[in-house]
Amino acid sequence: MSQAIQAVETENLSLPPPKKRGNWFWEIIKGSTQAKIGLGVILFFTILGIFAPWIEPYSVHQQSGAVFCAPSAKHWLGCDDGGIDMVSLLIQGGRISLVVGFCATFVAMVLGGGIGIIAGYFGGGTDITLMRITDYFLVIPDVPLMIVLATLFGARLSIIILVIGILLWTGTARIIRAEVKSLRERVYVKRATSLGSSNRRIIFRHILPQVGPLLIANTVLTVAIAIFDETALSFLGLGDPTAITWGKIIEFGFLRTAVSAGAWWAIVPAGICVALVIMGCYWLGQAIEDALNPRLKVAHLSPRTFRLRPLVGRGSDAI
Amino acid sequence: MSREEQSGVETPAEGTGRVGAGGDGGPADGGAATGITGAGTGTDAAIAEGGGGTAGAETATATVEAPGTAPDGTKAPLLEVRNLVTKYAIHRGLVGTIRRKPQQWVSAVDGVSFTLDRGEMVALVGESGCGKTSTAQTMLRMVDAVSGSILVNGQDITTLEHKEMRPLRRQIQMIYQDPYESLDPRFRVGQTIEEPMLIHGVGKDDNERHEIIVRALLRAELTPPELYIDRYPHELSGGQRQRAAIAASLVLDPELLVADEPVSMLDVSVRAGILTLLDGLRRTGKMGIVMITHDLSTAAHFADRIAVMYLGRIVEQGPAKQVVRNPQHPYTKALLSVVPKRDPRDRTVPQILQGETPNPINVPPGCRFHPRCPVAEPRCRTIDPELHVVAAAEPEHEAACILV
Amino acid sequence: MSLLEVRDVHVWFDLPDGSQLHAVQGVSFDIDPGDRMGLVGESGCGKTTTILAVMGLLPANATLAGEVRFNGENILEGGEDTVRPHRWKDISMIFQGAMNALNPVKTVGTQIVEPMELHDVAEGNAAKRAAGELLELVGIPAKATDRYPHEFSGGMRQRAAIAMALACQPKVLLADEPTTALDVMVQAQILELLVGLAQDLGLALILVTHDLPVVAQVCERAAVMYAGEIVEKGPMEELFHAPRHPYTRLLFAATPDLYGDEQVMSIPGAPPRLDREIVGCPFQPRCDSSFDRCKVEAPMLRAVGVSHDAACHLNDRAGVATTAQELS
Repeated sequence: MSQAIQAVETENLSLPPPKKRGNWFWEIIKGSTQAKIGLGVILFFTILGIFAPWIEPYSVHQQSGAVFCAPSAKHWLGCDDGGIDMVSLLIQGGRISLVVGFCATFVAMVLGGGIGIIAGYFGGGTDITLMRITDYFLVIPDVPLMIVLATLFGARLSIIILVIGILLWTGTARIIRAEVKSLRERVYVKRATSLGSSNRRIIFRHILPQVGPLLIANTVLTVAIAIFDETALSFLGLGDPTAITWGKIIEFGFLRTAVSAGAWWAIVPAGICVALVIMGCYWLGQAIEDALNPRLKVAHLSPRTFRLRPLVGRGSDAI
Repeated sequence: MSREEQSGVETPAEGTGRVGAGGDGGPADGGAATGITGAGTGTDAAIAEGGGGTAGAETATATVEAPGTAPDGTKAPLLEVRNLVTKYAIHRGLVGTIRRKPQQWVSAVDGVSFTLDRGEMVALVGESGCGKTSTAQTMLRMVDAVSGSILVNGQDITTLEHKEMRPLRRQIQMIYQDPYESLDPRFRVGQTIEEPMLIHGVGKDDNERHEIIVRALLRAELTPPELYIDRYPHELSGGQRQRAAIAASLVLDPELLVADEPVSMLDVSVRAGILTLLDGLRRTGKMGIVMITHDLSTAAHFADRIAVMYLGRIVEQGPAKQVVRNPQHPYTKALLSVVPKRDPRDRTVPQILQGETPNPINVPPGCRFHPRCPVAEPRCRTIDPELHVVAAAEPEHEAACILV
Repeated sequence: MSLLEVRDVHVWFDLPDGSQLHAVQGVSFDIDPGDRMGLVGESGCGKTTTILAVMGLLPANATLAGEVRFNGENILEGGEDTVRPHRWKDISMIFQGAMNALNPVKTVGTQIVEPMELHDVAEGNAAKRAAGELLELVGIPAKATDRYPHEFSGGMRQRAAIAMALACQPKVLLADEPTTALDVMVQAQILELLVGLAQDLGLALILVTHDLPVVAQVCERAAVMYAGEIVEKGPMEELFHAPRHPYTRLLFAATPDLYGDEQVMSIPGAPPRLDREIVGCPFQPRCDSSFDRCKVEAPMLRAVGVSHDAACHLNDRAGVATTAQELS
């Protein structure tokens, strides 16, 4: 008898315990086509960028075709004003664009995440001070600041990365702060405090793991903005003159009269690449955000339409 | 093992960090032993009895002043709350602060006193807004008291800095109301139970801690322990989660357990099990439990003493059976009359009070209960009654009403 | 013919992995005007799903079988189309947590008028006046129609929710855990109100709750549910003093009594999973008086007294009453 009761008591535990919860990322990817496409696009361009020197058909420093030659079997996307193969240029450009995007985002994530967590966790005066600083940075117009800083410190890649990073952390900070503030009130966090756990311990063991997924979703979305910002900067001529980025390619295209020469291949493909990567980031980031916030789902609001089933037989024959 | 410990030799961290454990050597201390006794409570008591003579010599760490003994030499109770007052500031906002609006306060706890000995269970009973949860939070220093004192083993914890408070937190543990929220969903059960040990440096290696975890699970009646250690909270039922939470608080061998509505969110058929478990824990004589509840039936059944609270004060307290069978304060009488009874034939006429408990911001003058009191007199509007013994025959039964 | 007849209602929910959860497994009961019936059980027993089925408020992944006859007419026959005309006008409901589900940006008066206008019961000023009268009926001053929910206390919000449920003068009121989140004194007030409404308006009340003492106090009869079925139903007195199903007996035994000294006992184990077929009696693994037949044959709900049914093999021993006293 007691064995039977024991069995019932633990019936809900008849399956073995699940593996580590770190699989949440792959669960989301598996569950959403949008996420799959987004991740695929990002990975595609990242791999292209990593293996650039081995993949590019021609060197980007040597002329390999006629000036503004049209797309052909030899040059899939034609050549630019210097006779350099567009495909190679795009691959190289993608490399730097992505590097700038990822690094700037890293800066933004560390700054924004850190400030968000500190402000949200400690509250009070710390929170107010940090948030006022955040508001200040939020309000500064991006492009003029970039122009000023680029002019002041010179247009090097590292400066560009820093500039973009400093501008982008504010959004992350706000979102993370809101989440941390609500996490702070959870019973298990209060319990940890009453147990005598230090703040540092609570933040790293309880808050950070909960906030991590949101931070990642936000990071992915920030990458999109970072790449866009870099492209804009380069297009305006403020980018590093020695680096090839997609923005630079577009800028050169315009400067070097590709438009009047009718050489759309010198401008449009680069723009498409930027657009694709940004879209990929958005899709992936949105998919993660949606998965994390179940309240965003609206399926339960559909009108009531239960199905009817006729009863076959009564009593013990009933279905 | 315990004789050496009893004679005051401070053994290393392995569970003996019983700060303030008291040099009285009484049965409740159990000689501190390994800290976590699991099924061995019987042996501990025996050891304690045997080693009782070496009182007073036990080394205490620097933060404890006079552990366990009051100035006049009598053994101090486990917990003594004296005239506790806790207030919350009413939010003024930026504009209010700039305009220098006076800061208003809500007295959530307005002069509460009670004692608790080891092996006892006291129930703080009341409706929402009465201050019972605030009292519990102040006891754990999650909120700071405005005045009054909370003496744990004779030591006032309200005046301690948070750093000094830390070692004491091992002795005072809380069980929370919501079993679905009190466990971190990302921690496995074993990790949740291990966490307090890691925070306080109990157990020298993983194996030892694992043993302590297993013993805690057994004590919380989660058998077989191996089945539960690697589970995530969402895999467990409400009752199992609450037991896991209890196991996690037993790991540090606390002396004082504060249970805040421990079963109100559980199904009826599992409540008795959890309550009996808590009851059993305190009956070993080492632990005292303060139970916060709104359910008078549960309080009457499991607690030794009941303190009925209303608007931040205790209006009646005494042995549970006496308070329930012979209530003196009009509020207690009304409350008892409206508790639904199991027996449909029980046709006691409920004395339903009009209105609801007023907001603690607007405490009525005089007796705080007089606006709703069915037997209020004109003088109740001006006199604020104190708790006093109601009858010589029941010296421990007190009520705060001028009519009794 | 009773006012409301629920006959052999089954509800299945589709699960993400393709299987089905048999949440309600053949529930039947009748209720007449002025009746106060309790539907008692713990979480997961199917009591809320049952009354949602009566109202036709099941989601898209639900499959329903059985009949719900209101004044003889099967309102579930045509699905949403046949249920809708009866909803709120004949059968109304107070949802679990209704006091927290009031629209915070609309006045209470507007929220009471809304169902009146939707169901063409009244409109405009006449509706507003009726709303005021309803609030008086539930113990709130009529001029509170212009207040917002956040200005009300918990008890008053619950009263407002009751007033909303009564907006179209229904004959049957289904109340799902109406007092669970309230203080015991406010609970007493609300229960007194519900009993008064049943008596004064001839309202049929079905009180769904896990709180046995509440049902004992308010209802004349009750149905105890376990694992989607009614395992016992009958007059309240008999359920307490002469239960004919071990679950009923154990449930009462698990509820502490204010004055009683008997030990309070848990029921070990947990309810069975409803996504699998259950062989034999669903309560058998946790039952303290089961025998071999219980493991293989599911007991049917049979009469064991006047208006008293129970589904337990212990009642089958001809001529032998098996009450708690007998077993001990």
